[in-house]
Amino acid sequence: MKLKKALCVALTAALAVTAFAGCGSKPSDQENAGGSSPDAAAGTEASGADTAGGTIKIGGIGPLTGGAAVYGIAVKNGAELAVKEINEAGGIGGMQVEINYQDDEHDAEKAVNAYNTLKDWGAQAILGAVTSAPCVAVGGVAQEDNIFMLTPSGTAVDCVKYDNAFRVCFSDPMQGVESAKYIGDHGLATKVAAIYDSSDVYSTGIYQAFAQEAENQDFEIVAAEAFTAESKSDFSVQLQKAKDAGAELVFLPFYYSEASLVLKQAAGMDYKPTFFGCDGMDGILAVQGFDAALADNLIFLSPFTPTSDDPAIQKFVTDYQTAYGETPNQFAADAYDGMYAIKAAMEDGNVTSDMSPSDICEAMKASMVNITIDGVTAKNLTWEASGEPSKEPMVVKIANGDYAVVDDADAEGAAADGAADDAAESVIGTEAAAE
Amino acid sequence: MKNPSGRTYAAEGNEKYTGWGNSMSFISYFINGISLGSVYAIIALGYTMVYGIAKMLNFAHGDVIMIGAYVVMASVSGAGLPPFAALLVSVVFCTVLGIVIESVAYRPLLNAASSLAVLITAIGVSYLLQNIALLIFGANTISFASIVPVPALALAGGALTVTGEAIVTIACCIVIMIGLTLFIRKSKAGQAMLAVSEDKGAAQLMGINVNGTIALTFAIGSALAAVAGVLLCSAYPTLTPYTGAMPGIKAFVAAVFGGIGSIPGALIGGILLGVIEIFGKAYISSQMADAIVFGVLIVILLVKPAGILGKNIQEKV
Amino acid sequence: MKKINKTTRSNLITYGMVIAMFVIMQALVSAGRISSLLQGLLVPLCAYIILAVSLNLTVGILGELSLGHAGFMCVGAFTSAFFSKCMAEAIPAAGVRYVIALLIGAASAGICGILIGIPVLRLKGDYLAIVTLAFGEIIKNIVNILFIGRDENGFHFSTKDTLSLGLSMDGEVIVNGPQGITGTPKDSTFAIGMVLILITLFIVLNLIHSRSGRAIMAIRDNRIAAESIGINITKYKLMAFSVSAALAGVAGVIYAHNLATLTAQPKNFGYNMSIMILVFVVLGGIGNIRGSVIAAIVLTLLPELLRGLSDYRMLIYAVVLIAMMLFNWSPKAIAWREQYAAKFRRKKQKEV
Repeated sequence: MKLKKALCVALTAALAVTAFAGCGSKPSDQENAGGSSPDAAAGTEASGADTAGGTIKIGGIGPLTGGAAVYGIAVKNGAELAVKEINEAGGIGGMQVEINYQDDEHDAEKAVNAYNTLKDWGAQAILGAVTSAPCVAVGGVAQEDNIFMLTPSGTAVDCVKYDNAFRVCFSDPMQGVESAKYIGDHGLATKVAAIYDSSDVYSTGIYQAFAQEAENQDFEIVAAEAFTAESKSDFSVQLQKAKDAGAELVFLPFYYSEASLVLKQAAGMDYKPTFFGCDGMDGILAVQGFDAALADNLIFLSPFTPTSDDPAIQKFVTDYQTAYGETPNQFAADAYDGMYAIKAAMEDGNVTSDMSPSDICEAMKASMVNITIDGVTAKNLTWEASGEPSKEPMVVKIANGDYAVVDDADAEGAAADGAADDAAESVIGTEAAAE
Repeated sequence: MKNPSGRTYAAEGNEKYTGWGNSMSFISYFINGISLGSVYAIIALGYTMVYGIAKMLNFAHGDVIMIGAYVVMASVSGAGLPPFAALLVSVVFCTVLGIVIESVAYRPLLNAASSLAVLITAIGVSYLLQNIALLIFGANTISFASIVPVPALALAGGALTVTGEAIVTIACCIVIMIGLTLFIRKSKAGQAMLAVSEDKGAAQLMGINVNGTIALTFAIGSALAAVAGVLLCSAYPTLTPYTGAMPGIKAFVAAVFGGIGSIPGALIGGILLGVIEIFGKAYISSQMADAIVFGVLIVILLVKPAGILGKNIQEKV
Repeated sequence: MKKINKTTRSNLITYGMVIAMFVIMQALVSAGRISSLLQGLLVPLCAYIILAVSLNLTVGILGELSLGHAGFMCVGAFTSAFFSKCMAEAIPAAGVRYVIALLIGAASAGICGILIGIPVLRLKGDYLAIVTLAFGEIIKNIVNILFIGRDENGFHFSTKDTLSLGLSMDGEVIVNGPQGITGTPKDSTFAIGMVLILITLFIVLNLIHSRSGRAIMAIRDNRIAAESIGINITKYKLMAFSVSAALAGVAGVIYAHNLATLTAQPKNFGYNMSIMILVFVVLGGIGNIRGSVIAAIVLTLLPELLRGLSDYRMLIYAVVLIAMMLFNWSPKAIAWREQYAAKFRRKKQKEV
């Protein structure tokens, strides 16, 4: 027993020592660790070669393990792709970019740990966190340290509560309201059912805003059914209730992995309403083994479609596929745009690599409202001081196993709203007639 | 407002439907409950068998199921094997995996001072399997193509459908249950299992190879996990490295429900759990589904503390 | 010098260890020689230590397996965060507010412990485990559908959504279903956490070595014998169980007042967390309070220090966990260790 205790103490001591040692030697450790991914290695090499402008350090936070890993990994890949491009094109104002991406396991507490790890590493701005609850938690500490934070995909309202936080994606209420308006304006249905994940921040956030806006619209929510993280393999009851209530449209404000199951089970019970989703639906056609015919006529709001003709999007999609062997989803696209937004804001604010994170934050806060990005998730993407992006959602409809942008006018983001609505109405009209 | 005629049609259809409505949806919920329950039951069979013989809760069982499903997926879409051959590959793979896990991680602890030690190791194995799958197969959801060849059964003029997966799962459950019961009652190895579960020490004195028997139990349990994995993913076709975790816990609950260690109990417990879950969602609240399931579980255990079919062993002084 | 009693000495070592840890950390923090990662981990560490010690009371001393400890933590966290958020303006003094929050968290978790304990402690073994697991999941589920708002008419409750709260325009949603409570004042500090660890240790160690503690351990070792000598089984079981629950509530208070957001996710208040706490207890040694403290520290730091391994982090963590379990618990490993220790000792004696 003696030995065991001695060992325990020794182990604790060893851990503690490593932890302290970590504070001094962290940067080099992290560089070595990051060496496993080609882009980080490229960034490091480049920074060695080009010392004139120095190196700017960007930290990323997101889930790389656990049930939400798929989103975190997409963001990591999207951000690293952008960093690689930026470095090849000469960096940000001559400075090379280095990105270090830390795992938060989709947990608020672990996200704060990841944030602190990045702080030790010397991160000068944060691209994260990916999911909502961790993002709110990181926001709380990042605000105290006054570090600039841009979340690619944290949709909850509180994600951008503080003035140092901005986001690339749409917020939950905005998506809920836009969805309800779209359904109402285009007369897609009079009886609507909603199925949402009552244990998830994103899903309930959208649903609540949707239900609120629905009261002003020309349709009625006839069934609102929930599921939880613990019981998300069987949707037969929720679908049966929607069917019994005579819903012509089912609103699905959650991610595509669960949605693929909903579509399959609905097909199994011969229930064919219109399905309507939010940005989490993007990526459903990339699910390996998924029968795309099931998703026919699925409509969702999305900032991004990989099949768009736009050359910038095409380039992004091709590069992403070459690098990671899969089609990017909107998480990757948000991160890609986010990285370019950081670049633009840094250039606008004349950020240099020897500035402190707090000074950089002040400069970038002021610059974020000045910049305009022509990104893959929107053209003429700008930000308000509140942290919200101003961009128009695209309405995407899946037809013949492919994404198709319904609302062409909105996609370009240039046309006036009225014209856009007319265009969309005519498209919907023809489709309805075709049916 | 573009297509009024279409909408009236839908409304009419709906009225016709609700005329039948309540009793029809009740039956439909019931069938769905049994389908869900049969998946829990087939997982619970593996749990309960290992518990009965080795007296340990194998928390990694759900993850062996996930590995089994990935192996089938990889051998169908990667190596181009026909579904049945893929299932066979998966059964063999999981059996070997089960034996390896048992001999490396569990056997050294079977005689440890506390039975909790092996439970914690099982949790470690569960994390390990999840992370190995994450590294090999990635985090992306895979929509598992059903390999069940049975078509859906339409009843009452199409108002009710029983999916082919549900029929096959229930059939498999019953076959496996009968097979296991016969194996344990009739074969020599099965008798040895019974003896080990009664009293390890005495069994050893009678010349039974205790370690071999326990390894055999794990082998059978893991082979069942491969079958369960295929059926789980055929019925609910999303596969991620974390697919096995939650059904694993639910199946554990089902096994306790039925009386842990009892093979018919696992079947009854699983089906009851599925039916309660679906009815709870349908008639009480879909938000509270978990709370309802677990609430019923507590009530049943308070009334029958050893589960539905469990033996209540009297303590002797 | 008067020889100190063996248990007293052991207890003093435990207290001393915690105090030494506090002094070292505090010195490092004030000297600025500590990484932000470790500094950020100090408060969660306190919560985990308290959780591990309190669960050890149930598992080690009472001898019952509980898989729902995170449920009590959840109750403590949400009630106290609710209180602090409501009273943030009414009671500006953080210290006073925090003490009241602590009492509320502990009391509500303790009451839940009693309510759950009365029916449940009649069950045994794995059945008790599964019922506690069920309670943990029920608590999480209920918290996730709870909506509480406040306006000038008082509090509004709902289990549906924020709309059905019917708040007036300037009303404020305090508990927002799965979005939980955001903006809890960040009142937890390392010093408070350390004081709470010492109080927890004091309560638990004193309980163990008191008359009641001996009765509880008698029940654990042989229930029938304990009953036959007139020990009130229900009373003592309930006592241990509710104290354990209340202490978990305290840990919940620390946890809730350390993060800007409090949500009941499977990750932090589900069975995963309950099992994680159980891992601390079993790895540290069942019934060994000091072991729990050490195991909680080691297992909380380990995944953070493995961050350098990037993709392989959680994989290595799992392997290390299995290896530590085998080393600590396998009869063969114990025999080997003792043999080695004996050899070592002999060698030392020879040298002397």
